[in-house]
Amino acid sequence: MTETSAHIETALTPAEPGAGSGPHPLRRIFRQQPVGAAAVVYLILLVLAGLFAPVLAPYPPDQQDLLDVLSLPSASHWLGTDTLGRDVLSRLLYGINPTLTNTLIALITFLLIGIPMGIIAGYRGGWVDNVISRTVELVLSIPAIIIVLVSIAVFSASPTAAMITLGVLAAPGLARVVRGATLIVREELFVTAAVVSGVRPLRIMTSHVIRRVAGPILVQASVFAGIALAFQAAMAFLGLLSAGDRPTWGGMIADGSQVITTTAWLIIPPGLAVAFTVLAFGLLGDAVRDLSSADETTTAPPRRRMPATAPTGNQSTADLTPTMAADGLLDVRGLTVTAGSTTLVSDATFTVSPGETVALVGESGCGKSMTALAVLGLLPGGVHTTDGAVSFHGTNLTAGGTNAYRAVRGSGIAYVAQDALGSLDPTHTVGKHLTEIIGRHEKLTSAGKQGRAVELLQQVNLTDTDRVLRSYPHEISGGMAQRINIAIALAGRPELIIADEPTTALDVTVQADILQLLRDLQQQTGMAILLITHDWGVVADIADRVVVMYAGEVVEQAEINTLFTTPRFPYTAALLAADPSTAAEGARLPTLAGRVPAPGNWPNGCRFAGRCAYATDECTTGPIPLMTVQPGSVTRCIRVDDLVSEGALPQ
Amino acid sequence: MLRLVLRRLAWSIPLLLVATMVSFILVAFLPGNTARALLGPNATEAQVAAVTEQLGLNKPLWEQYWQWLQGAVHGDLGTSLISRQPVTTLLNDRLEPSLSLIIGATLVAGVVGVILGIRGARRGVLGKVVDAGSIVGLAIPDFWLGLILIAVFAVQLAVLPPGGYVPFIDDPGLWFTSLVLPVITLAVPATAIIAKQTRDAVSTALNRSFVRTLSAAGVPDRSIVYRHALKNAAIPILTVVGLIFVGALSGTVAVESIYSIPGLGSTAVQATSAHDLPLIQGVVVYFTIIVIAVNLLVDLGYGYFNPRVRQS
Repeated sequence: MTETSAHIETALTPAEPGAGSGPHPLRRIFRQQPVGAAAVVYLILLVLAGLFAPVLAPYPPDQQDLLDVLSLPSASHWLGTDTLGRDVLSRLLYGINPTLTNTLIALITFLLIGIPMGIIAGYRGGWVDNVISRTVELVLSIPAIIIVLVSIAVFSASPTAAMITLGVLAAPGLARVVRGATLIVREELFVTAAVVSGVRPLRIMTSHVIRRVAGPILVQASVFAGIALAFQAAMAFLGLLSAGDRPTWGGMIADGSQVITTTAWLIIPPGLAVAFTVLAFGLLGDAVRDLSSADETTTAPPRRRMPATAPTGNQSTADLTPTMAADGLLDVRGLTVTAGSTTLVSDATFTVSPGETVALVGESGCGKSMTALAVLGLLPGGVHTTDGAVSFHGTNLTAGGTNAYRAVRGSGIAYVAQDALGSLDPTHTVGKHLTEIIGRHEKLTSAGKQGRAVELLQQVNLTDTDRVLRSYPHEISGGMAQRINIAIALAGRPELIIADEPTTALDVTVQADILQLLRDLQQQTGMAILLITHDWGVVADIADRVVVMYAGEVVEQAEINTLFTTPRFPYTAALLAADPSTAAEGARLPTLAGRVPAPGNWPNGCRFAGRCAYATDECTTGPIPLMTVQPGSVTRCIRVDDLVSEGALPQ
Repeated sequence: MLRLVLRRLAWSIPLLLVATMVSFILVAFLPGNTARALLGPNATEAQVAAVTEQLGLNKPLWEQYWQWLQGAVHGDLGTSLISRQPVTTLLNDRLEPSLSLIIGATLVAGVVGVILGIRGARRGVLGKVVDAGSIVGLAIPDFWLGLILIAVFAVQLAVLPPGGYVPFIDDPGLWFTSLVLPVITLAVPATAIIAKQTRDAVSTALNRSFVRTLSAAGVPDRSIVYRHALKNAAIPILTVVGLIFVGALSGTVAVESIYSIPGLGSTAVQATSAHDLPLIQGVVVYFTIIVIAVNLLVDLGYGYFNPRVRQS
């Protein structure tokens, strides 16, 4: 987390103009992308070494010394000598220039063809785009190397011709990237006045696009430069490129390969030179890619910085909390879930008894789903249960670790998610989903599993079971998918189903059916349901008891009727008042101003205090524990008695 | 699915036309007397005249191409300028070594790369190793790696032959040992690419919501990774394996030359040095057909892994 904050901080620095104390932009790049910066430094040094080779090289590249052939590195020949006694270091330095020149020729061809081709295709659209896109696809399917060989054969081993051919054959790849960016910029341009104001569109287009896609173009260019360099080294190695009498890296490897049985050393310096340079181009490309995506972060609205320390008052109040039911099927006590140093759920405490339906209610972002996932031990990566306990049938799952959770998943506690279709594996049929999961819970023959699958589908009121079993997820509707998810949940004959907003993503007409189905199944099987929702209509419909969450903690829980008639937390009262299904007819619907504070920004005392009409100083002085109002009802409102006597909460 | 295959087959015709046409167009760029340029300054007038006649160089370009195309359609790709043998006879003999090499390298890279990628998708450290390996593996020139392998395993340790090729029919054991080093040479960079792609695709699949549903229903991690995530990641992996196959095909040019394997790649190099245009033209056709065949297999694979494609 500290890494992330540091990254956000540095990414935001350049956005402040004239920040005199801020680091120099170059230093910033060095700090963010040390590897990429090192690659750039290497490439600059390489170019300089190539330019000043005559000055730097200790010997002329072709000076032979037949008395000192194939010597290993020494003081007079730092990298040794080759088969003719020539100095390897000098030849390596002289080889830079032709190597980089050839790479540059290919690169320029690549850019000169690829960029305009992409801009024209993206800008003109229609048949022009169609023709260009088809050509791109066609050319990219041709094995490039063999066409370059034809060119080498035809143009008498000319390196220039070979590199131009390579550039031409690779350019469509760049065109494809530029075309994509152009399409986006064009859409934006048509909504701005730039075109209307009479400026020549193609010119704007070109400057706009090039500025916009400079990042992707640099990435492509850098990657291609590496490919071109390796390619020309290979061609030179095979002796297919005429280099005159100038040394080339590939040629030096070829020379070395002649004496590989005796002096393998000779292939090492030029080989490493090729590898390092290709590596530098690759790392440069990666760095540019990372930098351009970091720039996007910079332009996004600045995120609030997360506090570096966990909120205070984190100690569990589990032992102090009044228990709801001693015979609880599921017992969650003081559950605290954190992502790095940010607390997402703190001290969540509630129980679910056998056969009971408990609704977990709250606005989005108040930790309902995280609580549900923590109960299943299925928190996303980087998020952990750091305090409290989840017990199922008296077994402490939190203490038992992964294996304890595994033992209850499916057979003890099952789960139905909001995203009905996304919850099914698109590559498996419904039948394969069901039979695999049935097989995990019961030892059955394949016919037995098939029969059980049909039975499960009938249980969720699906007819035409044979067809459904053969269907893939993309062939079924959302409502049917949710029935199948429920069937999957039932496969292990669980005692508790956790349903995380199971109807939110569905058509209104289907929502009622799914709720009815859950209620019927509960009657048939006697299982308990923990239903996560923000819909009071659903709560009123199905729940026996309600747990209200706000900003990561439980603020109230009570029997359904008690809660609806006498809410004992101002947030619950405000939510109920803001709900169209319970509001008085004809009256203006009151709304709850403000937003749930984000994790990491929770105030010290009552987390609702900032939005509460009745908050006083005592609400914000320190953490507030859950208090029993009457048997079966708890609240986290410190002023509950005052508010009831003042008439702010119903009697 | 059938429509997809038919469309891909229809697409292969313009592909073959364009690929072969390019070489004819390149020839047209040659200044002066083409045959003389091809044969070099030491050729006799008679040789020049013979080549001019054989390649139809005195005719307009489109007629030359048309003439070649008519032969090609009937399976006649002309005669090699150097060996005087029919191009198809020459190249058919070169198919077995090249395909053994390419298929071997793709298989090794596919298996090793997918295993590394899956393990890298789950474990932090190995994931970083896969990321770094993919950059380094790509930077090492294959021909250089080949030379180093020869220096170590054939010269220093003397456990494997430094080159040559033994047909499978002659001796399967020697066939295998003759392929070990060249296959490794081609497979190292390919493994790096496949591992990286697999790691990315499998981690993406593991983040999808169905993974949570399956876990919650009691499906163990092993099954989720191998039966579900991997199958969902199969399409990008398959795409990259197809590209690797084509890459290995290009790689034969250098690798077969290093290991003295008489395959399509080394033949292309020899033909290039010798200006043997009909022979290179033939290699263009063979390479393109192999690419088309691989793309077709990849398409069929898409259908196998993605029910939507299969039903379209």
